Amino acid sequence: MTANGFWQITLILAAAFALSVPFGRYLARVFRNEHTWLDTLLNPVDRLLGHVIGRRTVEMPMSWKEYALSMLITNGLMGLLIYLILSVQGTLPLNPLKFPDLNPFLAFNTAASFITNTNWQNYSGETTLSLFSQMAAITFAMFAAAATGLVVAIAFFRALAAPADGGRNLGNFYRDFIRALTRVLLPLCLVVTPLLVWQGSPETLHGPAVAHLVQGGAQRIPLGPVADLEVIKQLGTNGGGFFNANSAHPYENPTPLTNIVEILLMMLTSLSLVVTFGIMVGQRRLARVMYTVMALMLVVAIGVAVHAEWAGTPVLAGSGIMIHAGHGQMGGNMVGKETRFGITDSALFDTVSTAFTTGSVNSALDSYTPLAGMVSLVQMMLNCVFGGKGVGTMNFLMYGIFAVFIAGLMVGRTPEFLGKKIERREIVLASLALLVHPLIILLPTAWALASPTGVAALGNTGSHGLSEILYAFTSAAANNGSAFAGLNANTPWYNTVLGLVMLFGRYVSIILMLAVGGSLAAKPTVPSTIGTLRTDTALFGGFWLATIIVVGALTFLPALVLGPLAEFFMLYPHG
Amino acid sequence: MWRETMTGALRLTLLVWVVCGLCYPLLEVGINELAFPAAANGSLVRLNHRIVGSRLIGERFTGPLWFAGRPSAANDNPMRSGASNLGPASRRLRDHLWARRARLVRQHPSLATRRLPADMITSSGSGLDPDISPANADLQAPWVARARHLPLARVEALITHATRGRWLGLFGEPRVNVQVLNWTLAAQSGRR
Repeated sequence: MTANGFWQITLILAAAFALSVPFGRYLARVFRNEHTWLDTLLNPVDRLLGHVIGRRTVEMPMSWKEYALSMLITNGLMGLLIYLILSVQGTLPLNPLKFPDLNPFLAFNTAASFITNTNWQNYSGETTLSLFSQMAAITFAMFAAAATGLVVAIAFFRALAAPADGGRNLGNFYRDFIRALTRVLLPLCLVVTPLLVWQGSPETLHGPAVAHLVQGGAQRIPLGPVADLEVIKQLGTNGGGFFNANSAHPYENPTPLTNIVEILLMMLTSLSLVVTFGIMVGQRRLARVMYTVMALMLVVAIGVAVHAEWAGTPVLAGSGIMIHAGHGQMGGNMVGKETRFGITDSALFDTVSTAFTTGSVNSALDSYTPLAGMVSLVQMMLNCVFGGKGVGTMNFLMYGIFAVFIAGLMVGRTPEFLGKKIERREIVLASLALLVHPLIILLPTAWALASPTGVAALGNTGSHGLSEILYAFTSAAANNGSAFAGLNANTPWYNTVLGLVMLFGRYVSIILMLAVGGSLAAKPTVPSTIGTLRTDTALFGGFWLATIIVVGALTFLPALVLGPLAEFFMLYPHG
Repeated sequence: MWRETMTGALRLTLLVWVVCGLCYPLLEVGINELAFPAAANGSLVRLNHRIVGSRLIGERFTGPLWFAGRPSAANDNPMRSGASNLGPASRRLRDHLWARRARLVRQHPSLATRRLPADMITSSGSGLDPDISPANADLQAPWVARARHLPLARVEALITHATRGRWLGLFGEPRVNVQVLNWTLAAQSGRR
C-alpha cells in the first residue's frame, strides 16, 4: 500500500470515528426525549405530525410484541404502496421516457428489497423507473426502511436498559418513527444534498438531455432527482442507486469529495448506535469493548481488500499493464473501477459498504480479486461488522449472549449479560436469530446451483459463478444489496426467492431479537458480585471476537472454499 | 389497541410517503435548481449553442484526432451504465485485455515492448468514466499532436488545463477529463 493510500484510509476512518461519538450522544438524547438544539424548531412539527397520526396512538406505551406488530403492519402497508406504485407507473406522472409498468415479479422483488433496507436491484434505474417512481417509491422506501431499523434498535436498547416496569413500555413505535425522521434523517439529508449537487450530482425533474457529439451522432443523457436519493441511500445504509452503475456513476458520485461524504454518511449511524447503546443501557465500558472489536474487524477487512486490489492478478500483469502505482497512473486491478477513485477509494468504499450493509458500490465487486471479493462476502455473512442501521449492533449483541453462554459453560458460572441471567429461552432465541441467517443463505444457494434456472443466470463460469450465486443470497439475507452483478437475477425464480430471503432475513431476525430483548427486560436484575463474569473487559472482547469468527467459520467456510478460495488458488499458481 | 395500530400504521405510511417521497425531493429540486442550475441539470456543456455532452459523462472518441477515454462495457451509452462484471479469472476478461492491447500496438508499434497505464485497457465501473490517468494522456499526446499538426507543447498545455489533482492533495486520484480535453481541441481547431 502506498503512503497516500494509507493516509486516505486513516483520515477517513478517523473522521468517521470522531463523528460517531457526538452523534451517538445526540441519538441517545433524541430517543430519551431530552432537550436537543433543534427542539424549538421541531417540537411544533412533531406535535403536528403526532396529531395527524392520532394523539392516543403516538402516546400509548408498547411492549416488545406491540412494538413489533406496529412495525410489521406499517412496513407491510409501506411495501404494498411501493408495489402498487411500481405496478402502475406507466399511468403515473413524471415519466418522460414512457417506461411501462413493472411486471409483478420484479415489482415484488423491488418492493421487498427496498422496504427491508436491502436495495437489491434486479433492474437498471435509468431504463426501468420513471422519475416519479424514483421519488415516490424508491426515495420514500429508503427513508421508511432506515427509520424502521433505527427505531427497532432503540426499542431493543430500552429493553436492555433494565426498565422498572418489566418491559411493558419500550416506547411508542409511531412516536419514535417520527422523531427518527424529523430529528435524524431529514435534517441531514436536507443539508447534505446541496453539497452533492454543487459537486455535480443532478437534481432536476427534467427528462434526459440530448447531446450532439462533436464527432457526429447524438447521445441521450438521463437526468432526474439524483442527489436527494443519493444522500438517503447512503445515510440510511440503503444502497440502491438511481442508475445501474450505482455510486460508480459520475452523476451519483462525481468527485473524490463526494466519495468521502458518501463513505462517512453510510458509516455514521451504525457507528453512532454503539455509542447510543452505551448511554441508553448504561454500559459505556461494554460499548467501548464492542466498538473496539467491530472497528478491529473493519480495519482488517479494509486492509486485506485494499492490499489485494493494489496487488492485482497475474492475468492483469500478463496483459502488459503497469501493475505498480506511480508515474501518473494508479496500477493494480482497475477493472470495473473509476479513474477519479483509483484503487484505494474504490476498495475502501465497497468494503465499508458491505460492512455497514449499505450495498452501494463505486466499483464493480464482480471484478474484484478473489480475496477482496471474499472480504465483502465474509462481512455480510458475519453481518455484525457494525452492520446495517440498528440491526448490526443487535446482531453483535446476539453473538455476545452466545459468547457469555459458552464462557459460562467453560468456567462453570451462571451466564449473565447486562445484569440479567441468560437462560434457556434467551439462548434458544439468540441461536435461532443467528441460525436463520446461514439457513436462508446456504439452502437457496444450493437450490440455485442444482437447478438449471439458477445456473442459467450466471455471468461467469467456474468457482466465480458459484461465488456469484452465493453472493446474491448472502447479500439478500444480510439486507445488503450489493451484487456480483454479472448474475442476471431478473427472472421470476430469482425475483421470488431473493424477495422471500430478504423478507425473512429482515423480519424474522428482528422479531427474534426483539423477543430476546423482551425476555431480558422481564427479568429481575442480578447484583454484580465477585463471581460475575465481567463482559466489559478486553479479555472478554477477545473471546467475543473469537466466538464470532468460530461460529462464522463453522457455518460458511465450506461455501467459501468452493467459491473465492478455489478461485484464489487457481488464479495465483503458487498461492 | 388493534384499531389504533391499524389506523396509526395507515396514517404513518401516507404521512411518510408525502413528506419523504414527495415534499423532500421536490423541495431539493427547487433549492438546487436555484442554487446550482448548471450542476443540477447535469453539468451540460454547449459549443456553438448546441449541447455537446456533459463534462461528467464520458463518450466514445475514435480516430487519431482525439484523446481516447477508458474502454466502456456500456458501449459509452449513458442509458446503459454499468461495468463488464467479468471475474478476475475470467477467460473473456483476458481476451478483452489482450485484444485492446493488440489494437493499440497495431496503431503504435513502439508500445509493443512497454507496459501500459492500467486505466488504458481496463473498462471502468460506470462505463461512462470521463477521466483517464495523466500517464495515459501523456502517452497519447504525441499521437494527437501529430495528427492535428499541433506543437506537442500546445497539446500538453491543454492536458494540464484538463487535469485535476487530488482533492486537498490527498484524496482521490489525479485525472485528466477527456471530455474537456477533446472539446478544447475541437474549439481550437475551429478557431484556426
